[in-house]
Amino acid sequence: MSPETMLLDPFSRAGDRDEDELVPSARPVPPVRTIVVDRPPVPVAPPHAREAVRPARSAAGPERIRIEDVHISYVERDAVKGVSLSIHQGEVLALIGPSGCGKTTLLRTLNRLTELTPGTTRSGNILLDGEDIHELPDTTLRSRVSMVFQQPNPFPMSIFDNVAFALREQSRKRPGRKELEPQVVDALRRAGLYDEVREELDKPALRLSGGQQQRLCIARAIAARPEVLLMDEPCSALDPISTNTIEKLIGELRRDLAVVVVTHNLAQAQRIADKVAFMYLGDLVEYGTAADVFEAPRAQRTRDYVRGAFG
Amino acid sequence: MSVYAPQRPMTAGPGRRSSPLTWRWIDRLVLALAWGAGIGLCLVGGAIVIYMGVRGIQFLRPELLFSRPAFGTTQNESGGFLDPIMGTAILTAIGISLALPLAVVSALWVNEYGRPTWLARVVESTIEVVAGTPDIVFALFGLALFQTQLFAPFSFTASGGGVFGRSFFAAGTMMSLIALPPIFVATRDGLQSIPMHMREAAFALGKTRIATIRRVLIPAVRSNIATGVTLGVSRIIGDTAIVVLLLGATLRLEPQGSVPGVNVLRGTGSTLTSYIYDNSPAGEGGAPQKAYAAAFVLLVLVLALNFTLGRIGRSSERKGSLTAAQGIV
Repeated sequence: MSPETMLLDPFSRAGDRDEDELVPSARPVPPVRTIVVDRPPVPVAPPHAREAVRPARSAAGPERIRIEDVHISYVERDAVKGVSLSIHQGEVLALIGPSGCGKTTLLRTLNRLTELTPGTTRSGNILLDGEDIHELPDTTLRSRVSMVFQQPNPFPMSIFDNVAFALREQSRKRPGRKELEPQVVDALRRAGLYDEVREELDKPALRLSGGQQQRLCIARAIAARPEVLLMDEPCSALDPISTNTIEKLIGELRRDLAVVVVTHNLAQAQRIADKVAFMYLGDLVEYGTAADVFEAPRAQRTRDYVRGAFG
Repeated sequence: MSVYAPQRPMTAGPGRRSSPLTWRWIDRLVLALAWGAGIGLCLVGGAIVIYMGVRGIQFLRPELLFSRPAFGTTQNESGGFLDPIMGTAILTAIGISLALPLAVVSALWVNEYGRPTWLARVVESTIEVVAGTPDIVFALFGLALFQTQLFAPFSFTASGGGVFGRSFFAAGTMMSLIALPPIFVATRDGLQSIPMHMREAAFALGKTRIATIRRVLIPAVRSNIATGVTLGVSRIIGDTAIVVLLLGATLRLEPQGSVPGVNVLRGTGSTLTSYIYDNSPAGEGGAPQKAYAAAFVLLVLVLALNFTLGRIGRSSERKGSLTAAQGIV
């Protein structure tokens, strides 16, 4: 596909032809303007609702990241012990496990944010499209493997500038606002935020609500069209309605990218994930499709965890 | 946003509280002292402002602001204080333009790089030492420094070859040391209040550390820097010791040399503070009325700066400062 057609119709990608109704440009999601407090809480994943987000057919595309026998240790302890995984475009991989099991460390290794912690050592290979990520310059890697954090953390600047942030300074010449506008609008649309902020792109991003801020962070992360999107408990600071919006969004985003989500929330993992990896004390205990891990876990420890015996 | 609709009409004010008369005597005493201290401070502050206001307005004439000081035997002949006002402005400009980049850059280095750790610690304690040093010590040190041959270009040299060492350059350089600590501390505190994941968010978008500093961190601490600068400015315009020792104590601006602009910086002059000192009964006692008028102008300047400081704080709240926004989520 040529870049021009991609700009005009960012959602037309190979595969997934029959799921076009999920695309916001085809049928815009009505903006969430008012949040009514006195309504019953969002039910936790009734099966039919789950199917609405997750199409029955797995849309797995090419392999994006391959993790081979990765060990990561901090100064005082081993965080990840010999994990091997493969992450494909078009699917959502959920990393689950109790606190301190190494899932966030593993996630942050994928874009080498763990290097910011002094004293971190690693072994094993991580390949992004066949290239060792440690051979890539960190800025290149991180613009290809983007990340959304637990706390919504828009920069203290306008909504437009937040999204344009990743697009600027890619080159020496800073592109002007006119050039960036289509890409910014496209990213906001894909993050399901455009209809709500259409009129106020120049307002400070910190004025938005928590859920909108998190969608803005997603727009910012996908603006430069990364291949992989890492999400570190993206909904844990949000209310149920915002969580629902973002979960829907994750379902839509995965057609363009491989998505890796760390979550404590098993119901959420069930709702959004195609593949699930269960980690415990740094070991990868179980890895498989969401249905297998939740409904027919092989390991006793996984069974105990998904049934709420510990964690 | 939900609308909370109470069933019953709202009542104003708090509910019933315990009467201080039932408290222990020590609590009642402290409460009375707290009231007394607060009211007493208001009285003292109010008395100063009102006294200076009355005296100032009594003696202040608009033409005093725009006429140069003159040498006269009576107060009517001694002119205005245009030169001291300009002196204050020039010194502030020199001091801030030296202190601002130095303080911001060192705060950024200490907070964002800070390696080796011992060096960062040395930098921080150096700035603490600078903050704690009395200005008269800076003034004396500056005089010794600028009287050396090395710094001869910064002031005029007498015909015998002795370097005078007193000029706007010399005083402004030492003034920058006075303004440096508040700017450094305000910037550093602002940077520390930015959560780590804000930086990581920029790194995770493929930005380098320097781009993160330039595009995210500096804009985020802009209001902190402005606060620090305002504090620095008020310290500079209120300082007397450095002016008395290092500015040459001429009532008028006395340029030295032939290069326009630079000659003023190499020359001597006075500021509002030194003008007040000179004209007060404690100084040469020439013109106490002028001293009151100048003191009033100085007071208005400082009050205006304090007002600006409050405005900066409020406007950063309105814009939704980082720290406030992080508290919501």
